Amino acid sequence: MALAPGPDLLGDGSGDERPKWDNKLQYLLSCVGFAVGLGNIWRFPYLCQTYGGGAFLIPYFIALAFEGIPLFHMELAIGQRLRKGSIGVWTTISPYLGGIGLGCFTVSSLIGIYYNTVLTWVLWYLLNSFQNPLPWSACPPDRNLTGFVEECQRSSSVSYFWYRQTLNVTADINDSGSIQWQLLVCLVASWAIVYLCIIRGIETTGKAIYFTALFPYLVLTIFLIRGLTLPGATEGLTYLFTPKMQILQNPRVWLDAATQIFFSLSLGFGGHIAFSSYNPPRNNCKKDAVTIALVNSMTSLYAAIIVFSVLGFKAANDHGRCLDRNILSLINAFDFPDQSISRDDYAAVLAHLNVTQPERVAGLGLESCHLEDFLDKSASGTGLAFIVFTEAILHMPGAPGWAVLFFGMLFTLGLSSMFGNMEAVITPLLDMGVMPRWVPKEVLTGVACLSCFLASIHFTLHSGNYWLEVFDRYAASLNLVIFAFLEVVGIVYIYGMNRFCDDVAWMTGRRPSLYWRVTWKVVSPLLLLTIFVAYIALLARAPPSYRAWNPQYDQFPTQQENVYPGWVQVTCMLLSFLPVLLVPAVALAQLLVRHRRKKKAALQDMHLKPQDSGAC
Amino acid sequence: MEGAENAFKVRLSIRTALGDKAYAWDTNEEYLFKAMVAFSMRKVANREKTEISHVLLCNVTQRVSFWFVVTDPSEKHTLPAVEVQEAIRMNRNRINNAFFLNDQTLEFLKIPSTLIPPTDPPVPIWIIIFGVIFCIVIVAIILLILSGIRQRRRKDKGPSEVDDTEDKCENTITIENGIPCDPLDTKGGHVNDAFMTEDERLTPL
Repeated sequence: MALAPGPDLLGDGSGDERPKWDNKLQYLLSCVGFAVGLGNIWRFPYLCQTYGGGAFLIPYFIALAFEGIPLFHMELAIGQRLRKGSIGVWTTISPYLGGIGLGCFTVSSLIGIYYNTVLTWVLWYLLNSFQNPLPWSACPPDRNLTGFVEECQRSSSVSYFWYRQTLNVTADINDSGSIQWQLLVCLVASWAIVYLCIIRGIETTGKAIYFTALFPYLVLTIFLIRGLTLPGATEGLTYLFTPKMQILQNPRVWLDAATQIFFSLSLGFGGHIAFSSYNPPRNNCKKDAVTIALVNSMTSLYAAIIVFSVLGFKAANDHGRCLDRNILSLINAFDFPDQSISRDDYAAVLAHLNVTQPERVAGLGLESCHLEDFLDKSASGTGLAFIVFTEAILHMPGAPGWAVLFFGMLFTLGLSSMFGNMEAVITPLLDMGVMPRWVPKEVLTGVACLSCFLASIHFTLHSGNYWLEVFDRYAASLNLVIFAFLEVVGIVYIYGMNRFCDDVAWMTGRRPSLYWRVTWKVVSPLLLLTIFVAYIALLARAPPSYRAWNPQYDQFPTQQENVYPGWVQVTCMLLSFLPVLLVPAVALAQLLVRHRRKKKAALQDMHLKPQDSGAC
Repeated sequence: MEGAENAFKVRLSIRTALGDKAYAWDTNEEYLFKAMVAFSMRKVANREKTEISHVLLCNVTQRVSFWFVVTDPSEKHTLPAVEVQEAIRMNRNRINNAFFLNDQTLEFLKIPSTLIPPTDPPVPIWIIIFGVIFCIVIVAIILLILSGIRQRRRKDKGPSEVDDTEDKCENTITIENGIPCDPLDTKGGHVNDAFMTEDERLTPL
């Protein structure tokens, strides 16, 4: 184990050359921007909706207190203390643990590659929002100009725009198709924007973060005011937030709450370690950790209010149109005067007709319109952003303006998360001295961005959406949990809990209390282990499958459930386990190197000894 | 006539289209409708002699919906549906305008309407905005790279200038602590300030 360097020595040594934050606000905004991302908008509200509304907040805040905040504090503290990126930190703690840092670095690169593709899609929608009417508002007419394109008519104009005109998705992951050039062009632009903002590391990121971290909050507030004044918003809010306590008996709720907190705070990437390594050595990282974690959770809640009010508006709208369709059928069939049945009279009229002419009414094929059915429709991820929300925006007055604001907000949210991601990749490279000293930092960041861009071209193929799901599910989830677990165990048991507490006391002025020590030693590792085991159990239960958009499917527009072909399953395994294998691989390599050095030293001693005896 | 081979059902939704300004459907409006249909037929070759009396309406309901046929001048046979359909399609816009309605509120149930072809601007709007954003980003990147190069050059020049003057100081006899050697150089080395006067507050070595 390495000798403990005194705090002063470490502080002076690398403090002079290491870049610094201009002020504390930049650092806080960068961490907040990294933590607050697309998941706060499109994952948390979905979980709230699925798991009993307000009742979900209970497991969520418990997970925050016992898993999120302790792990977060630990990452910030270790980065600030050892003043290096993830690879440097772990090599300093113990050369045998360098694999953890290398693994975090690999996972961050993989995630950075596919995360920017989502930004590309957001950018594409943003660019298309500057027109009235919005391109996804109506189906395009078919070639004879007699009706609409069949695929669009059977699904909806919004789905058609997403699946056909944006992604041009194939029906099968095997069928790669060609590159969608519009997406490729947007991909170039989004990587150029990322490069522009991280070109000189935190010097440029620190300036860009003022806009990218604060703009989403401005837009969220504007949407809050708009959302709450929409008709149907209050019904949506009350229905979706009303707690349904019995759902807490389902263990899945607790698992998803723990997972959500973990991914929401962006733990295990090494990005927070990188950010805090640029801090002055004596900085109260405990206060920072608690503040940033709470800001992140409050943002999730804030976004959930907005999403629920817009969903309520959409449900009320859909319900109204369902009623209108039924009323029109009745009017046309029974020749009532135009507009003679209002939405309120509909129930009474239908009841009367059911009594007098039940066969005719049955023959009409009326839909059943209940508001709760529409409110229960939930969506997460890209489905929420690109299908549900875009449709809701269509019905707001001034739709293009709202679309621009919404996609601008999504873009800046994703961009600030990309900063953290790329810092997690670039800071270790800088610390390891991969490029010679005379190569300027701009070249290193340029090379990093260029390599990630070339790797992400694959996602602009027609099957790119399916591959993105593969990366999202297998490259990110398992690995981050494992690395966070190894981080906690490594710091608590190998670096030493007492040594770590001394460091924290030196940095913040106060020794960590019992709460911190218990959560670090016992609770958080246990929670992470449980998440990992549960994940494996869920994955092993069924062969991995995906949902494909297939116009030829007989139950179209429902998506077809396909099983992944063999070679894709192998890729999933590789993505899940290769980064983790780096840990034992590096440990083994270190063992061999040490072994060889010891042997060399022993041989040299043997050569020296006979000479000494001879001289004497 | 209802359901007959060459008869068409028409459905109007006047209140949906015009709201408060809706007019009532009466026999005068029916007369106008017959006139529009006759007008459309007269534009077809061989049917220039169609009169208003050749257009027959029946089954007018409160919805407002009704059936109509067009008969030939002998009033014994009805004109084939294909011809009537063709005529209505060609003049659909004028028929709609006569009643302040559109394709959705004045429906001919068996006649599909021709949709407006999509008017694509020569350059899609998204490309224009993309071009603007991309140019700004590229210019900003170039500016940052250039300013970085300039900063680095200034840093390189700075330490080398200090080195030169230090060498010159060492060539003269005295080595001073912290006294800039520039005044010594500009005086051409004739006067050695270090040995000038005791008034000079110089720290002894």
